[in-house]
Amino acid sequence: MNSLKNSLRSLFYYPSAVLGMLVVFLLVFLAVYAMIKIPYNEAIRLWRGGEEVWYQNPKFAPPSWINFFSSKKYAESFAVRTSDGSMVKEVTPGAEGTSTMEASYTFDFMSDYYPQDIILYLTSNYQEKQPFISAEWLTPDGRKIRLTNLALSQKQTYRFSQDAKLKTKLRTDDIIPALFSDPETGDIIKGQYQLLITGATFEPESDINIEFVFHGQVFGIAGTDHARRDLVLPLLWGAPVALAFGLLASLGTSVLTMVIAAVGTWYGGWVDELIQRITEINIVLPFLSILIMIGTFYSRSIWVILGATILLSIFTTSIKAYRSIFVQVKESMYIEAARAYGASGSRIVFLYLIPRMIPLLIPGLVSSVPAFVFLEASLALLGLGDPVLPTWGKIIENANSNGALYRGYYYWILEPATLLMITGLGFAMLGFALDRVFNPKLRDV
Amino acid sequence: MTVATRTPSEKTLVKNTAHTGTFARVSRYVLMRLLVLFATVVIGVYLTIMIANMGGYVDRIMKSEIRDRITQSIGLNPSMQKMDPGVRKQLIEETIANEEERLGLNIPIAIRNFRYLSNALTLQLGRAINMTSDSGSKQVRLILLERLPPTLLLMGISQLFLFFSSILLALNLSRRYGNFWDRLVVALSPTSAVPPWFYGIFLILIFAALLKILPFGGMVDSPPPSNPIDYSLSVVKHLTLPVISLVLSSFFLSIYNYRTFFLIYSSEDYVDMAKAKGLPSRDVERRYILRPTLPNIITNFAFLIIALWTGATITETVFLWPGLGRTLYHAIGLYDIPIIVGSTIIYAYLLAMTVFLLDFIYALVDPRVKVGGR
Repeated sequence: MNSLKNSLRSLFYYPSAVLGMLVVFLLVFLAVYAMIKIPYNEAIRLWRGGEEVWYQNPKFAPPSWINFFSSKKYAESFAVRTSDGSMVKEVTPGAEGTSTMEASYTFDFMSDYYPQDIILYLTSNYQEKQPFISAEWLTPDGRKIRLTNLALSQKQTYRFSQDAKLKTKLRTDDIIPALFSDPETGDIIKGQYQLLITGATFEPESDINIEFVFHGQVFGIAGTDHARRDLVLPLLWGAPVALAFGLLASLGTSVLTMVIAAVGTWYGGWVDELIQRITEINIVLPFLSILIMIGTFYSRSIWVILGATILLSIFTTSIKAYRSIFVQVKESMYIEAARAYGASGSRIVFLYLIPRMIPLLIPGLVSSVPAFVFLEASLALLGLGDPVLPTWGKIIENANSNGALYRGYYYWILEPATLLMITGLGFAMLGFALDRVFNPKLRDV
Repeated sequence: MTVATRTPSEKTLVKNTAHTGTFARVSRYVLMRLLVLFATVVIGVYLTIMIANMGGYVDRIMKSEIRDRITQSIGLNPSMQKMDPGVRKQLIEETIANEEERLGLNIPIAIRNFRYLSNALTLQLGRAINMTSDSGSKQVRLILLERLPPTLLLMGISQLFLFFSSILLALNLSRRYGNFWDRLVVALSPTSAVPPWFYGIFLILIFAALLKILPFGGMVDSPPPSNPIDYSLSVVKHLTLPVISLVLSSFFLSIYNYRTFFLIYSSEDYVDMAKAKGLPSRDVERRYILRPTLPNIITNFAFLIIALWTGATITETVFLWPGLGRTLYHAIGLYDIPIIVGSTIIYAYLLAMTVFLLDFIYALVDPRVKVGGR
């Protein structure tokens, strides 16, 4: 045990090991943070949610920090609503239960590109008489554009860009640019814009609520995808999924491989023969094809794939490597001593043979994590990712199938790819260093 | 397991008695080995066939697909819409039964599995269910043969380059380990944890999307140039990124492994002895370091050759390369069991053959090894 501690201490002499450990700790921290911040069920609900969850976000929006690297600025997205006070609403009661309402929102628009769209989500309650609103648009150069007059139903959506009447009025097909530019020169006008909504209700209990959604060109710290989903969610949740898959697969594979190799070597005879034959058959089986078949025909659940991966990875050439070492260990003095005092077979296997191999197990275990993390991403890329869970591989697959590279949405691929890369390299660097620490043959070379 | 090493005293003992026994020993060994390998192939392929059927699950998918398709095509056929509903129903059932018979779905799975197995083992690959080759054939053999050249081109260039360059560079590094380049390779070796398709995506981003100097994917321009020189230039252009990503993803680890391997062998006493004798370093390298490592190098090479057959499924998919790996992936998506089985059986035979031949090659290059010796 002491030598194990010493070996671990000598890890700190390897800069790559320190870096690797740092990455692993950060990942664990990220995973824990993700699970606390967004509980599992909530994460699934959001990830599988459609327009009704994500309507506030623009589509295909890069993260807002790209503005730091670009001299031309993109418009940030925002959403304000009267229900929580982020948009000011003043109600003045009138005669016979009627009332008038005025809501406005003023914002600075300083970017060099037009926003994707502007939408009003209007909800109202009434018995018989529909409330009524009219919306106006005030530009920095003092123009006032009357947008629309609407009699409200319970729930109504008003998309600026699709208002046909407004199109004729502004004599253009593209409303959004017309709202943000000088009508003579066509140049974009920066400055303070205001949306002004006046409304009237005709019943005592009647009420109007407004949500003003501005779909800019950039969004948040990670951007959004084709379904308007905030990429922060899958990027955060990708960490626990990748760690769970990678660690469980490598732990399951290496421990089971070692136990089976130890049992085979100790008992010998037909047990050993059987293990060797199974290994040879397993080498003939096409590993990736079988996983693809299971994913296509049977289940894409990450746990089924995990189980299949472990099963197929136990009986590989590494079982032969372990076996050759166990054959040597089996002949050592302390095993003979154990046999002499009458230790049972299982006692020798589990308490004497296997613990001796743990120093060899650890580097292999750590180094094989990246392979499994990338395996999950590879299957996701083939469209066989878990149907429910958000993972990094699924982001790449979504991006790839939506032509992110052709259409220039680089952030969409680069963000999950960077995280995958850091994870892979972190574990690989740590594994390499562990290999050098625990493998005296490699230490000098 | 099959490679036996002996101490010199044992060897002389065997030599005295084994003159007449050599042929018998070798032939008995060959026979046993062939039997075991054949059994391995049979079981491996049978398991693959079972998985490709998922215990009849795929049958159900295919049957419901056939039913949907035929019901719809007959239902939509205007000339049959005036038919009596009873007659039409009967017609639908008959057509479904015919289609199921054509695909062999009316035979129980257990029997069908064995039929697949025996056909596969005799290399009668049969006809594909849904896929066709570009020339329009449904023969599995033709479909696979059509896809073989692109895969051989891609995998051949990348794997052979990887093999020879990493051995040469590793020899070079092991000569003066600890210098800058050596430390660089050691430091970069973790980069091989990243699979080739992953580098592929980055390379596509840089060279195709941003710089626009190389194509996103595919094998030739479309339409393909008629001039053979232009055609090959176009293929080379399309080949560049997939080859680079395949090489990049194993380059440093491969050098690192060979380098460490050579270093371990060059710390042997007989190497020091040879150096002390004053042999030129080239001779020391060739006769005392490379020679004993030859069996391992040959093994690696043999498995490399087999790997050519399987192709690189995901890299081919990312680069839209029309190779075997991508065909296999498509076949799985289309439930095309004959193609899955065909590809597996060829891989299994190649693997078994290689393992069998390696025993003899070991005995040829390493005088300490005897075929069938124990």
